[in-house]
Amino acid sequence: MRVHADRSRCMAAGHCAVTVPGVFDHGEDGLVVVTDEKPGEDYLEEIELAVDLCPSRALSVTRDQHDSSAPPK
Amino acid sequence: MLSYPQDRTCPYQPSPGYRELGRSGPLHKVRLWDGSTIWMVTGHAAGRRLLADPRLSADRSRPDFPVVLPRFEAPIFKPIAIIGFDPPVHDVHRRMLAPDFSLKHVREMRDEVVELTGRLVDDMLRKGPPAELVEDFALPIPSMVISQLLGVPYEDHVFFEEKTVGLLQAKDAAGAEAAGQALWDYLDELISAKERTPGGGEGVLGRLAGRIDDRDLTREDLLRIALALLIGGHDTTSQMIALGVVTLLEHPDQLAAWRAAPPEALPAAVDELLRMVSVTDVSGVRVATEDIEIDGEVVRAGEGVLVSSSMTNRDPEVYEDPYTFDIHRAAGRGGAASGRQHLTFGFGIHQCLGQNLARMELEVAFSTLFDRIPGLRLATPAGELPARSGGTMQGVHRLPVEW
Repeated sequence: MRVHADRSRCMAAGHCAVTVPGVFDHGEDGLVVVTDEKPGEDYLEEIELAVDLCPSRALSVTRDQHDSSAPPK
Repeated sequence: MLSYPQDRTCPYQPSPGYRELGRSGPLHKVRLWDGSTIWMVTGHAAGRRLLADPRLSADRSRPDFPVVLPRFEAPIFKPIAIIGFDPPVHDVHRRMLAPDFSLKHVREMRDEVVELTGRLVDDMLRKGPPAELVEDFALPIPSMVISQLLGVPYEDHVFFEEKTVGLLQAKDAAGAEAAGQALWDYLDELISAKERTPGGGEGVLGRLAGRIDDRDLTREDLLRIALALLIGGHDTTSQMIALGVVTLLEHPDQLAAWRAAPPEALPAAVDELLRMVSVTDVSGVRVATEDIEIDGEVVRAGEGVLVSSSMTNRDPEVYEDPYTFDIHRAAGRGGAASGRQHLTFGFGIHQCLGQNLARMELEVAFSTLFDRIPGLRLATPAGELPARSGGTMQGVHRLPVEW
């Protein structure tokens, strides 16, 4: 899977960095930074939670074709 | 048709009228003080969807923006910074403030908050019981924190606390305007002093005073931002501390669970308290700029929408036994973020700017208080506490405690 953050939508709520600190952080400007764009499948559940919690809809996940499970909502 | 708002009968549960309404679906028409009607949203999914929908405007200066209470007719509220602006102006201002309210900055502030909270408890213990917890503890914590963050002298706290309550709890528009104008004049003078200081002086206001231009941040913008942050920064958090203490004391099993919980379980416990108390009772007020179809209803262009936090936070689709207070309900995935689905801080681009600061202050406040004063108890039964009435923002005028 590949994790994407749209910094033009980010409002710095911080949910993502709290939910998956190994994948999301924020920069000096307070806005989201993806620190691991291709995290392992173990992170999927937490990343889905981060995507769901993001109030400004700045996060998305794309799944590789060979990923076995269904794509996230 | 139900009239809105309705007072609570329990400090940490929504009014019985809302509870009844919530049983009949996610959207309802309710009647406001001036006879107009507004959509009240009690469903969690519908509330989230509407608050994230760009077809709904937060612009308080629009003539069709709903006036939920008489005090909100005061001109001072009409263009209120950040919460009352739509993009693109909202986004420009919000991003200017993002570094100051970021997780990293909040984490850096924590030690200082621990220290000041400890000092307040020292003073309470030195004076001995009884204590008035709002004045002695719940109000000074956020008030000192926001003063320092903004660069507002804490020596002036009696003035700005009184005027904030005067503004937010005024019975009518004239009362709100008078209190708001006093705060405006005060901040105007403060910002002038910062403009004269080389480098801008202390705090967020000092930093932004050096950034005033005629494009992204006018002087009037900065004054409006200062007002919004000052009033938004202490009243909500102080009343959340007070009502959070009441909620914990009224649930001895949960207080015991809090004390026994490892530090990593406390963020979710704080979010459960935020869910239960829903201190503002409102996640957001908006006006539709287009017809919007949702859950079989049509919100027409020009109609007002009010998302209820106390009710969306008790949607049985999201929360099992939603009226039960359970600090471990979110245990599981997401670690420190596992309890964050509630709408107490709103949703969409207007979700509370200070939410991470508030969470940190709350965790420190409850932990310090119950660690240091394990025998703390209410000196007045919860049902007899002098509570705010007639509005949406919940709170108690006084919280007498003993130990």
